[in-house]
Amino acid sequence: MACKKQTVPFSGTKEQEEALKKVIAELKDTPGALMPIMQKAQEIYGYLPIEVQTMISDETGTPLEKIYGVATFYSQFALQPKGKYKISVCLGTACYVKGSGNIFSKLEEILGITNGECTPDGKFSLDSCRCVGACGLAPVMMINDEVYGRLVPDDIPGILAKYK
Amino acid sequence: MENVTIKINGMEVTAPKGSTILEAARLAHIEIPTLCFLKEINEIGACRICVVEVKGARSLVASCVYPINEGMEVWTNTPRVLESRKKTLQLLLSNHDRKCLSCVRSGNCELQQLAKELGVEDESYYDGERTPSEIDDSAAHMFRDNSKCILCRRCVAVCEQVQGIGVIGANQRGFATNIGSAFEMGLGETSCVSCGQCIAVCPTGALYEKSCIDDVLAAIHDPKKHVIVQTAPAVRAGLGEEFGYPIGTDVQGKMAAALRRIGFDKVFDTNFSADLTIMEEAHEFIERVQNGGVLPMITSCSPGWVKYCEHYFPEMTRNLSSCKSPQQMFGAIAKSYYAEKMGIDPKDIVSVSVMPCTAKKFEIGRPDEDASGYPDVDYSMTTRELARMIKKLGIRFCDLPDEEFDAPLGIGTGAAVIFGATGGVMEAALRTAVETLTGEELPSVDFTQVRGTEGIKEATYEVAGMEVKVAVASGLANARKLLNMVKNGEAQYHFIEIMGCPGGCVNGGGQPQQPGFVRNTTDIRALRASVLYQLDENNPIRKSHENPAIKELYATYLGKPGSEKAHHLLHTTYVKRSIN
Repeated sequence: MACKKQTVPFSGTKEQEEALKKVIAELKDTPGALMPIMQKAQEIYGYLPIEVQTMISDETGTPLEKIYGVATFYSQFALQPKGKYKISVCLGTACYVKGSGNIFSKLEEILGITNGECTPDGKFSLDSCRCVGACGLAPVMMINDEVYGRLVPDDIPGILAKYK
Repeated sequence: MENVTIKINGMEVTAPKGSTILEAARLAHIEIPTLCFLKEINEIGACRICVVEVKGARSLVASCVYPINEGMEVWTNTPRVLESRKKTLQLLLSNHDRKCLSCVRSGNCELQQLAKELGVEDESYYDGERTPSEIDDSAAHMFRDNSKCILCRRCVAVCEQVQGIGVIGANQRGFATNIGSAFEMGLGETSCVSCGQCIAVCPTGALYEKSCIDDVLAAIHDPKKHVIVQTAPAVRAGLGEEFGYPIGTDVQGKMAAALRRIGFDKVFDTNFSADLTIMEEAHEFIERVQNGGVLPMITSCSPGWVKYCEHYFPEMTRNLSSCKSPQQMFGAIAKSYYAEKMGIDPKDIVSVSVMPCTAKKFEIGRPDEDASGYPDVDYSMTTRELARMIKKLGIRFCDLPDEEFDAPLGIGTGAAVIFGATGGVMEAALRTAVETLTGEELPSVDFTQVRGTEGIKEATYEVAGMEVKVAVASGLANARKLLNMVKNGEAQYHFIEIMGCPGGCVNGGGQPQQPGFVRNTTDIRALRASVLYQLDENNPIRKSHENPAIKELYATYLGKPGSEKAHHLLHTTYVKRSIN
């Protein structure tokens, strides 16, 4: 199930809305336009909250559920904004057998958010990912471009403290 | 038409070019099992139950969507085919809550039927992880239990394509895939119109109406309550299917007998209030025409349509007739006129309806539907619920004698009974409006141009020197098409009838469920509608304004159509709703 709660309030600007409307006006009548419109919308807003999907629905006449269905099918679309610090925990095979599931749980517990969500202050977002190419360091997580390896759950509070 | 000859299981079959293997096999009297397939609605080849072997093909093919070619050789029953179907079924069952004993669909579940046909021997064999789900009870009329969902997407297709709404769809992917609404909203929070067409096409017990059987039985067994029942026209044309009668069997007499044996104090008929609706609606129409009121006037009998209008065409709610639906008019009269006549306090009357409809469950809770100070209708049951109730009480339906409805609220005309078929309300209204305007008797009461199951129908009639243009639409995608034409000025009408379900109430979301292969090969709507037109023809009184009980109601209580009292009791208001 996707996350129901929207943790960060929507703060779209008039400029963003105009940019989206322009994109929709350009693409509206081409067949199969929904995906390109959604991709552009994500470029403009960074993610696709209900406010943005409703705008797409109103402008194109596509039912909101259809847009949401596409948004939740493809992993390229995000329903929640990314935080200032993007945390990705590898749940690929090597990391998983080395206990990355526990790392992920620890992060959920400390941050109070789950997969795909962002903390209400906009600071941290949490995602699971597949192999980051550092299996030798398993279990691995990344915060923005920084890689942290050979983790145990007790390492997490200290690492997060660096970003406070 | 050009024909193609192929071989199925070694036997030659000739079928029209463009047929699918499934259709060609049918001509050879072979029914290939299907699950997701609904003709012209859901042709996606997704469930893989209908797979067959085709010579030269790399893998098994989905016969429901695979077109035939000259010389093609097909096998429908090889071990490879049967093994594949069984494996597919096993995978479906492994993510299905197999509580058949307590399932509302047990006995007419298409999945259960397949399990029987393909030979499922051991239920615990399918234990394993299941996609987590919760029952959605947010809508007024129904539940969604995704633990029984097999992701066939029939409900999604019917909602989006037939009804043009699309509030449900597939969310997520892979094992997490589930049918739901945008942003995990409950169905009750969306712009779902409660038509129940999704329930009608669901092959399993994932979608079902909120039942009020126990509440109604409790009321019947409460000695302080006077429990009355009304039955919509279409119920008598569908109920028999639940008891093994062929589609299109009239069971009006047995239905009245069964209701009496269930223990209702009075067995009445919505036909009575359908006639009343015509009196009020025809009067409203004439008044709008003569006094420059808003035209076209659009019928308001179908609560699914009314809710759709409020969500999707809010600017056109002023076109809606202010008349309550027959169900609500009946309840309003039962708790006022009838209560006074019988000397019963309306608070002790329990007003029950049996409807071919799930939106009626939503309608009884609308604002401004409680003219007596009490709800016009307390419980609205579907045709299916009535069948379950009859079975629950051990009433042997097929052995019952034919009985009559009770007077006075059980008296209806031929004009009323055709309300259950698309075009019926229009025809009934024309019979009364034309005679009222001309003051002369119609040479023929049959307005055949507005009959039939086409989605949109038009006709023009010459009435008292005036051209009256009418249109009839059923199914909400058709309604949208028609209304857009009206909005854009491409078509002009005086009077429009719209029914939420395709074919009208006979094909309502509360009618008996027919499995996919019956829906795909039978014109269910036309068969059920034929029952109503036959009842109309057999009725000595075929015009609403000639109904003696209606005449008495106006003479002794309401005054005349459109009177202040009639307005207070029989008319309602509409709201604007958003699209979600």
